[in-house]
Amino acid sequence: MTVVSEDLLTDMLRPDVVYREGLAAGELRYQRCRTCEEAVFYPRICCPHCGGTDLVFAVSAGRGTVYSTTAIRRRDLPSYAVTMVDLAEGFRILSSVHDIPAEDVAIGMAVRIAFDTDADGRPRAVFTPEAAQ
Amino acid sequence: MSPAGLRGATAVVGVAESDLGDVGPGRYAIELAAQASHRALADAGLTVKDVDGLFGVVSGKLMSTVDLGEYLGIRPRYTDSTMIGGSAFVTFVHHAAAALRLGLCDVALIAYGSTPRADSGRARLGGGAGPEQPNYEAQYQPRSPISGYALAAARHMYQYGTTRTHLAEVAVAARQWARLNPRAYSRDPLTVEDVLARPMISSPFTSYDCCLVTDGGGAAVMVRADRAADLGVRPVYVLGAGEAHWHKSINQMPDLTVSAATESAARAFAMAGLTPADVDVVELYDAFTINTIMFLEDMGFCAKGEGGDFVSGGRIAPGGALPVNTNGGGLSYTHPGMYGIFTVIEAVRQLRGEAGERQVPDARVAVAHGNGGQLSSQVTAVLGTAEAL
Repeated sequence: MTVVSEDLLTDMLRPDVVYREGLAAGELRYQRCRTCEEAVFYPRICCPHCGGTDLVFAVSAGRGTVYSTTAIRRRDLPSYAVTMVDLAEGFRILSSVHDIPAEDVAIGMAVRIAFDTDADGRPRAVFTPEAAQ
Repeated sequence: MSPAGLRGATAVVGVAESDLGDVGPGRYAIELAAQASHRALADAGLTVKDVDGLFGVVSGKLMSTVDLGEYLGIRPRYTDSTMIGGSAFVTFVHHAAAALRLGLCDVALIAYGSTPRADSGRARLGGGAGPEQPNYEAQYQPRSPISGYALAAARHMYQYGTTRTHLAEVAVAARQWARLNPRAYSRDPLTVEDVLARPMISSPFTSYDCCLVTDGGGAAVMVRADRAADLGVRPVYVLGAGEAHWHKSINQMPDLTVSAATESAARAFAMAGLTPADVDVVELYDAFTINTIMFLEDMGFCAKGEGGDFVSGGRIAPGGALPVNTNGGGLSYTHPGMYGIFTVIEAVRQLRGEAGERQVPDARVAVAHGNGGQLSSQVTAVLGTAEAL
C-alpha cells in the first residue's frame, strides 16, 4: 500500500484536495481504513464501514470490472458511456469507458484506467477495455 | 391529547463543534458536519453505528441527511432534513424528542456544517463553489437522474434476465390506468411496441421509460383519529410507516438491484401488523419503469428478480390481480419533480371510494411508497379504511 503524503494529519482533513492532486499526477487515489481494512471511496474524513477515523491514501493499480453502464444519447453530443467500475482494491467509481462505442460497453467487461480531461480541462480518471490494450 | 408526554422524556447526551473559523478552501461543509458528528458521539460515548435517527442541514446539499447518512455510514430509520433556516436545529431537538419518545429511533444525531469562507476561497481560486460540492460524478456528465436509474435497470437486466419488454409493460400499465383518469397528462393509447420503438436516451431507457415533466402541486391534511371522527369525512387511517436510506449518489448504492425500500416497507408493514398479501392497491413512485419492478420486489409483493414477470400480462394494470399506480403514476398522470405526495392523494382517494372509473372495488388497505434522489431515500406508508383498523 502506498501512502501518498507524509503530512497525514493535514491530508486526513482535506481528502478531496489529496484526491484531485492525485488525478493531476495521473494517479487514482483511494483510502484504506486502518481500523477495519476496508477500501473507502469517494474520499472522506471518516470510514463509512466502521466509523473509524484513521484513513490513509493509496494508489489504485487501475484494474477493474464494469459493474453497470448506460449509453447516453443527446442531441448536442456523440453518445457516451456512464459506467460504474469495481476496482480490484475493493471500491467502486462512477466513470466512463472510452475507445469503444458507448453501446458496446458491457457489464462484466475487464477495464483498465486511463486519464484525460473533462470539458473544463480538469483531469479525470476514465477506463478503456483491457482487450483493446 | 396534551404534549406533556414529551416533558423530560428525552435528553441531550453529547455535543461538539467541528473545526471553526477559516478552515481553508480544501475543506467542505459535509466534512465539518461529519467531524462534529464524530466528536459529539464520542462526547456521549457512542459511535456512528449507534445512530438510527438522523437530523441535519448541510449547506449546499439538497437532501442533507441522505448525504450525511451516506458520508458517515449511517442507515437511519428516522430521517429529517427540514430546512426552515437557522432555527432548524432547535426544531430538530423538538422532532427528535417526539421520535425518541415514540421509539421511532433510539439514538438521534443532529448535525450541521457550512463553509462560507472556504466557498468564497474556492470561488477566488476559480474552482467554483457550485452546488453539491464536492462531487465525484459531474465530470462524467451523467444525465441525472435518468442515467442513475438506467444503471440500476441495466444491472437488474444483467442479474435477473429482466428485459426491455418487462420495463415496457410497466409503462403500458400506467398508461392504461391514466386513460381512466381525467386528470392524467398522457392518455393516448400506448403499446409495448410503441415503447420499444422509441429512440434510446440512456440505455436501456427510451423516453417512455421515463416519467413526465409537468407542473403540479398537492397537499394532504392529517388530524388525530379522535378528531377525524368529528369532521364528517371518511377517514383514511395511517396504519404504518417506515423510512430508510443507504446512499445519496448512485455510485454509493451498495447493490443497484436492491433499494432501501426493503427496510422502509418492512418497518411500515410491521407497524401496521399487515403483509403485502393484505394490500388492495399500491401507489408507488414510478420515476422510471425500473422503479415499479424494483419496489414491488423490495416491498415483498414478489421475490427479488421476479419483478419483470410479475408486472407482465396486465397483472398491475386495470383488472389485474394487483392494481398499481391507479392514477397513471409519474409515467402518465403527472410528475412535477417530487411525486411522493401524489401516492398519498391517490391512495386516499381509492380508500375513500372516490376514484371514479379507476376505482379498485372494496379497497381497504393501500400502500403509498415514496422514493427520493436516485433510488436513495425510501419511505413507505400503509393506509387503511376503518374496516382495516
